[in-house]
Amino acid sequence: MAARISVPQNARRGDNIEIRVAIQHPMETGYRTDDNGTAIPKNVINKLVCRYNGVEVFRAEMGSGIAANPYLSFFIVAANSGELRFDWGDDSGATGSERASIIVA
Amino acid sequence: MSGYRLPLILIAGWLAAAPGVSVAQTAVRPQPLKSGIEFTGPEVRALQEDEFANPAMLWITRGAALWQQPVGPAQQSCASCHGDVATMKGVATHYPQIDKGSARLINLEGRIQQCREVRQQTAPLRYESEDLLALTALVRMQSRGMPLAIEIDPQNRRHFERGRELYYRRVGQMNLSCANCHQDNWGKRLGPETISQGQGNPYPIYRLEWQTMGSLHRRLRACLSGVRAEMLPYGAPEYLDLELYLAWRSGDLPIETPGVRR
Ligand code: HEC
Ligand code: HEC
Repeated sequence: MAARISVPQNARRGDNIEIRVAIQHPMETGYRTDDNGTAIPKNVINKLVCRYNGVEVFRAEMGSGIAANPYLSFFIVAANSGELRFDWGDDSGATGSERASIIVA
Repeated sequence: MSGYRLPLILIAGWLAAAPGVSVAQTAVRPQPLKSGIEFTGPEVRALQEDEFANPAMLWITRGAALWQQPVGPAQQSCASCHGDVATMKGVATHYPQIDKGSARLINLEGRIQQCREVRQQTAPLRYESEDLLALTALVRMQSRGMPLAIEIDPQNRRHFERGRELYYRRVGQMNLSCANCHQDNWGKRLGPETISQGQGNPYPIYRLEWQTMGSLHRRLRACLSGVRAEMLPYGAPEYLDLELYLAWRSGDLPIETPGVRR
């Protein structure tokens, strides 16, 4: 699961900063069949959590309605320098994680 | 294979209005040359131009990881021999080309496969696999903004002529040639789409309809399926010949890899 994360390297305390996450994933709806007519089991990234210095600041729960290779963007308030950590998992049990650091002055 | 389906009625009516049969015996480029991005609409264009939101960038990220990954008995990565991927700048502008060793026409995918098989001594990648798409897109992106530099010479002329011949040959249940759509009727609407000049400059692309990345050959297959003609396997010699013709026909249009299409 290739993923891309965009977090500003620097921010001022109190700033609203944009976080962008893109994950390569087929987001199988469970409604499709393969070339032989066999149903392809549902397999979507069902959860993505972002923690800022250990504290959860964003959570997305996803289902069949999301297109393949989901792209999420959200805002958080820059509080302290440190680390943003992203964890996600899909219906098949596969998980992924990424981290990014930020300097807040 | 999710090709689009053209409504027969629509196409029949549209063709009746189309100018005479095109049996050009000479190779011609559309004038002025236009990239397909000019026909896609503002949303797709914005997506292609946004370095982060462009979904194809996920394959570039994947390709960059593969570039560093040691494989085969000698545990060599692409980087072990080629260094930084930036050294690939300009390389894609020379493909497809005649491979000196085999005297065959090969495209960029073929060259990458050759490095895997011969130099890394490992299993080739499936033509339309995520990994081959990722590596091809990564290498081709290094030449973004550069036009192709294809010369027709005695070595490749046979392939070029064959590519041109295929381009003008009417095929399928709808009896249409590539030229009927992309040379004679670009800019016109066909169902939900505007027909472009059928340029290969953005490939491999992320196509929203496919919800994934696809090669130029996948696009050719989609066009052939659209006119209900026989589809050939990925990497087929006929597709390589067509790819060479398309490369010549794209003139000085810059490479846009990785593109986004509807
Ligand atoms: C063991 C060394 C080695 C490894 C590993 C290797 N290559 Fe190569 N590669 C070469 C050599 C040598 C050439 C030049 C061949 C020639 O010009 O005849 C080449 C040529 C190429 C070319 C064409 C360059 C041009 O100017 O046309 C591409 C593209 C390429 N390699 C991609 C890759 C990729 C992608 C990988 C990893 C999957 C890879 N190579 C792994 C040695 C290697
Ligand atoms: C019935 C009309 C029709 C025929 C015949 C046809 N195509 Fe297409 N082609 C389309 C449509 C519609 C699209 C998608 C919109 C666009 O980019 O033109 C397309 C897209 C393409 C593209 C991608 C352009 C881009 O910017 O993404 C290429 C390359 C292409 N066609 C090549 C060919 C070749 C080569 C042939 C002959 C084997 C062919 N087409 C036959 C209608 C056609």
